[in-house]
Amino acid sequence: MSVRHALLGLLSDGPKYGLQLRQDFEATTGEVWPLNVGQVYTTLQRLERDGLVESDGADEGPQKGFRITAEGEAELAQWLRTPPDLSAPPRDELVIKVLVATRLPGVDVHEVIQSHRRYLVELMQQWTRLKEDEAEFDLGLALVVDAELFRLDSVIRWLDTADGRIKRAGVEPTAPTRSALPRLRRRIGVQP
Amino acid sequence: MSFLEMHHVSKSYGQGQTEVRALDGIDLSVESGSLVAVMGPSGSGKSTLLTIAGSLEDPTSGEVRVGGASLSAMSRNDKARLRRRSIGFVFQDYNLLAGLTAVENVSLPLELDGVPLKRARVAGMEALEELGLADRAPHFPDELSGGERQRVSIARAVVGERHLLLADEPSGALDSTNGEAVMRLVLAACRRGVAAVIVTHDAQLASWADRVVFLRDGRVVDQTQPPPSPESLLLPSPQS
Repeated sequence: MSVRHALLGLLSDGPKYGLQLRQDFEATTGEVWPLNVGQVYTTLQRLERDGLVESDGADEGPQKGFRITAEGEAELAQWLRTPPDLSAPPRDELVIKVLVATRLPGVDVHEVIQSHRRYLVELMQQWTRLKEDEAEFDLGLALVVDAELFRLDSVIRWLDTADGRIKRAGVEPTAPTRSALPRLRRRIGVQP
Repeated sequence: MSFLEMHHVSKSYGQGQTEVRALDGIDLSVESGSLVAVMGPSGSGKSTLLTIAGSLEDPTSGEVRVGGASLSAMSRNDKARLRRRSIGFVFQDYNLLAGLTAVENVSLPLELDGVPLKRARVAGMEALEELGLADRAPHFPDELSGGERQRVSIARAVVGERHLLLADEPSGALDSTNGEAVMRLVLAACRRGVAAVIVTHDAQLASWADRVVFLRDGRVVDQTQPPPSPESLLLPSPQS
């Protein structure tokens, strides 16, 4: 996550001190992403070096205030509209575990999948409780919790699909198809 | 106390080579005040489990107890009375009667059970009011949105003194915001003491439950443990 741009966003509605920025950052992200003050000041120094914020000239410390520059506003506007790079699939540990499980004799893939599914559902139950208790009153937290629930849900959907696909394909471990992965890598532009 | 108890419940359709075992030795207890979600793929037996729990179908073997009473000892009339008085059903496609208004739909189970019309309507209005639907009471189902129809069907399921709510994919046809509203209502009913079972393949819905039971090929293969406090998800702020 870009702390740099999040800080620019917080400064766009008025000048602030470092400590205040930390508090605002945590409040905005529903207190799910904590941030230490050192990180805030290091980031502000870099933003100042790059001309995206300017300080009020006070000495380093809690009394030093920062404001966003016109260049900073432009950078923020561009960042907001630039999609994050989702073109290449991440090296997903869970996908790799299931792929390995399908190739190991004596391993019940469905049981492996179920243990991950249960863990993910338990995690979703925790996030949902948080929504039940607090999110109704805190937009930032509600948005973060929804994002996390959809992310976990998509992993469970993949597990469900994998479960069904493996069942239809039969339970015998399959030999790796050597040609499939390089082809896939080429198609989606991932460097081996 | 468990309001719904299922012991070694099995259900088969057909015989011999064409026999299909929809449920295979299910054990399930649902306490009053708790929400249990049953998850599983299509064909895992979820809906069969719900119809047997709701006395709409008899198991091939095993025992079902609702409110302490064994269903196998009940006549058809007894079961119908139990359904009218104690069990509320919520279906994916709402199952509201098109010719009746929202409040008439909600109060119908009470009227069928012999409650005088006026008292039934008052109880129906109360159930609608609790779900924030009082202004929709005089409207017919086709004048309501999908989310409102499902909320009316939940009002019908909890009207009067119902103790068991059985829901089959209750938000399957709704968007996620309306789905969440439906689950909040189901959970609110549980917090008032209702025992609820929802069957779903949707993890977001299931995650509202106190316990999630996983079904596969008619068997319970796994279930979640009580989740730790959600506070553990909020990391403590690092010291500067």
